[in-house]
Amino acid sequence: MATALKDNFESTAPRTNHPDAVVVRFAGDSGDGMQLTGGQFTLSSALAGNDFSTFPDFPAEIRAPQGTTFGVSAFQVNFGSSDIETAGDQPDVLIAMNPAALKTNVGDLRPGGLVIADTGEFGARNLAKAGYTVSPIDDNSLARWQVLAFDISALTLEAVKPFGLGNKEALRCKNMWTLGLSLWMFDRDRAPLIAWLQDKFAKNPVLADANIAALNAGHAYGETAEIGGALRQWTVDPASVEPGYYRTITGGESLSLGLVAGAKLAGLDLFLGSYPITPASPVLHALARLKEFGVTSFQAEDEIAAVCAAIGASYAGQLGVTSSSGPGIALKGEALGLAIMTELPLVVVNSQRGGPSTGLPTKTEQSDLYQAIYGRNGDAPMVVLSTSSPTDCFDVAIEAVRLSVQFMTPVMLLTDGYIANAAQPWLVPDMADYEAFPVKFHTEVPAEGKFNPYQRDPETLKRVWVKPGTPGLTHRIGGIEKGFSTGNINYEAANHQKMTDTRQDKILNIANHIPDQDIDQGAAGGKLVVVGWGSTYGPIRKAVESARAKGLDVSHVHIRYLWPLPKNLGDLLKSFDKVLVPEMNTGQLKTVLRDQYLVDAKPLNKVSGQPFKIAEIEAAIDAELARKG
Amino acid sequence: MNDMTAITIPDGSKPDHWATDQEVRWCPGCGDYAILKAVQRTMPEIGTKPENTVFVSGIGCSSRFPYYMETYGFHTIHGRAPAIATGVKLANPALDVWIITGDGDGLSIGGNHMLHLLRRNLDVQVLLFNNEIYGLTKGQASPTSRIGTRSPSTPFGSVDQPVNPCAFALGAGARFIARGIDTAQKQLPEIFKAAHAHKGASFVEIFQNCIVYNEDVFAAFTDKKNAGPKQIWVKHGEPLVFDNGTKGLRLVPGQLALEVIDIVDGDISGVLVHDQTNRGLVQMLLELPFGDFPMVLGVIYQDPKPSFEAQVTAQNHSVAAGKKADLNALIRKGQSWTVHDAATHKM
Ligand code: SF4
Repeated sequence: MATALKDNFESTAPRTNHPDAVVVRFAGDSGDGMQLTGGQFTLSSALAGNDFSTFPDFPAEIRAPQGTTFGVSAFQVNFGSSDIETAGDQPDVLIAMNPAALKTNVGDLRPGGLVIADTGEFGARNLAKAGYTVSPIDDNSLARWQVLAFDISALTLEAVKPFGLGNKEALRCKNMWTLGLSLWMFDRDRAPLIAWLQDKFAKNPVLADANIAALNAGHAYGETAEIGGALRQWTVDPASVEPGYYRTITGGESLSLGLVAGAKLAGLDLFLGSYPITPASPVLHALARLKEFGVTSFQAEDEIAAVCAAIGASYAGQLGVTSSSGPGIALKGEALGLAIMTELPLVVVNSQRGGPSTGLPTKTEQSDLYQAIYGRNGDAPMVVLSTSSPTDCFDVAIEAVRLSVQFMTPVMLLTDGYIANAAQPWLVPDMADYEAFPVKFHTEVPAEGKFNPYQRDPETLKRVWVKPGTPGLTHRIGGIEKGFSTGNINYEAANHQKMTDTRQDKILNIANHIPDQDIDQGAAGGKLVVVGWGSTYGPIRKAVESARAKGLDVSHVHIRYLWPLPKNLGDLLKSFDKVLVPEMNTGQLKTVLRDQYLVDAKPLNKVSGQPFKIAEIEAAIDAELARKG
Repeated sequence: MNDMTAITIPDGSKPDHWATDQEVRWCPGCGDYAILKAVQRTMPEIGTKPENTVFVSGIGCSSRFPYYMETYGFHTIHGRAPAIATGVKLANPALDVWIITGDGDGLSIGGNHMLHLLRRNLDVQVLLFNNEIYGLTKGQASPTSRIGTRSPSTPFGSVDQPVNPCAFALGAGARFIARGIDTAQKQLPEIFKAAHAHKGASFVEIFQNCIVYNEDVFAAFTDKKNAGPKQIWVKHGEPLVFDNGTKGLRLVPGQLALEVIDIVDGDISGVLVHDQTNRGLVQMLLELPFGDFPMVLGVIYQDPKPSFEAQVTAQNHSVAAGKKADLNALIRKGQSWTVHDAATHKM
């Protein structure tokens, strides 16, 4: 993809008909069904054997006024025959269902790229709502791009006429007409989509037939219309991927399945306490349906109750999980301190979004790293992990469960709005290949003396986990400072020092039980290392790949274990002359790395609510290598 | 107790068996001692086991309670005991869960959780120690403090309307509501037993004397000399009489209002009979203005409905019934395809 992108980055020449990868963006009104269209188009890419990555970008308002720029919903998919790691820097094709969609998206289109616009929506009213005085189709302002404008609305109405739908319902089929055209453009099989429509509208066969007719009409239009150069067929070869069973999966789905798998590997039932919040709700929705896997989901009255109920469930012997986004995590802070103090397992998922405060609920950011590592009162260390892609969520969620139960600690799992909603093809693993880590509850009644709930494993310092209901082991725990092993209230100075040190050592010692930091690309030393975490993985990987192809001495390190950090990370970073840290925040990992290792980490920051572009990181690599010093 | 041996409590235990070896740290003379004693006296009589019993508390003087009970105990954070208890009970419905809270903990910082615990009807016992003051933080006005309460935070007297805990509970949808007094050692265990026997959330408000910051705030009805005329202990199916049977409550003829009448020669005609399932009557009793009327005490409301955890468990079971928990199959669901060495095929 990077090569293909470079080829076209500054050129306006028409692209080849046989590209490595293509980026298509569907944009329309919230009610136009763009997410659905994009999702189905992605499926057709998967079935054609392409690798892909998607990025949905929808408005915060559920039903924003029709035709407005803030009501535009977009879905971008990057698919190709090579390794695809991002949703693509710049669309090659933009499908704009109305003036507002054109206005808000066309600037991202690569020069020379193709715009397909539905002129049926370009009436005076819609133009005005989008802030156009003259239609951009007529005034030559789109000269940098190839424009294909025709009345998709009218063509759709014509196609579905036999089914006698009302005007509004008939127009709803526009997205399927557009999908049909897109399928033709990339020479895709329509059969799976037709099957999907029949299934989706099983209860309303007329609607199914109308949508199928629209889909077919769009496809036929591509085949027969004499439009000339702009509309043509492109061939994207299948990617050479590892053979096996694949499915498309979003980060939200992958993370939920990983939690269930983790609980199963631990031999525990899973309890989810959650409160609705964007963009974390998909985890609640997914887990609420999995009761046969021993999942209890509890929609609490607020974020605090959600985490507290999860803590209560862990105390009672289940795997407590809570899921939220930054503002909700802020509310949970005090309870996280309680879980740290009482040394109970707990998995806390943070699907990060733009902040602070309400911030940008539907936009992505990774600005909760400080909150995850430091954001509680007192010295309150907990494990922090991050996911780097939708498919990665599965394994990281299992790892979060493992560390939580094996070390009796809360674990914060950082994902973000981009990962939660983006989809990728996933080579589905076999659960038999995962090593189980069954929890053993403590049941042994001491032969003499009292039972001490804080008795610890001498190596890991983890305390015993006793389920209420166990005879002979009644005990009390709580948030007040407690005696080292008795758990009784203890305010003594030396004891608090010892307990604070113990809580800290317990977490830092986990560095001995996680893998060393690996190098994603490049040598283990040299001129420059680009260090990332979370969803910047794709763009960093591609940028470094491209820089290395130019012969530059640069490596990529991507950190999954953010607290404690891997044991070898300091030495690894110090083996490079320069360290560059791209982040979708104002430099949080950069600060942590400087603090922990005294390395001169340089930040590259972006907080626009949009993921990094490959080109942005590549430019920063060039600049950093060119910089003296 | 049990200094050198593991804790085992025999069937047919004594109240002492339910006490820990921890030094009790309430102020000498605090009403909490009496409540603790009443709870420890109740436990042997309700046929539950210490290892199946969990006391969950929030923060405040009352919330130290779990440390003194030889059961499982969780001293949590301010206001959140109902939320923690919800997780405990959902994870293991077989546990016998008691929540210990206070007026600040349960009705101020934790008011929202209390509302939802009661409306959901989680099968727990909530013992709310109401002393109309913040004790542990040294005497500020609380949400149950009467207007005009002078405290360090309200030096010129509080101006905000207090909440009536039991009326709040009724409004929230509680199905068991009782009131007691810390020193009422005869009645308290009976109330606790009834609360324990009730399936669903049982809300018990206990007037508790904070001798340091709000001494005798309830003396108008708790003092021995006031007990007769100022306390009415209600009982389902029995007439609403008090002051040694010399006074009773009846409906004002032609109005939906209560009034106190004298009972002459034991003639209780016209006196209302208590019906603990009659929500309208219960509401009137809970909101009777003290002074003109006595304080209504005892089990005032009880009208069971299915409990939250029972319904959650039932739904979990019915939805899961007949489904196989096959993780490999689960992760293979969705839009899928198989990549063979050369070509691709849809599954
Ligand atoms: S401050 Fe009041 S409520 Fe608290 S222990 Fe002392 S007397 Fe009891």
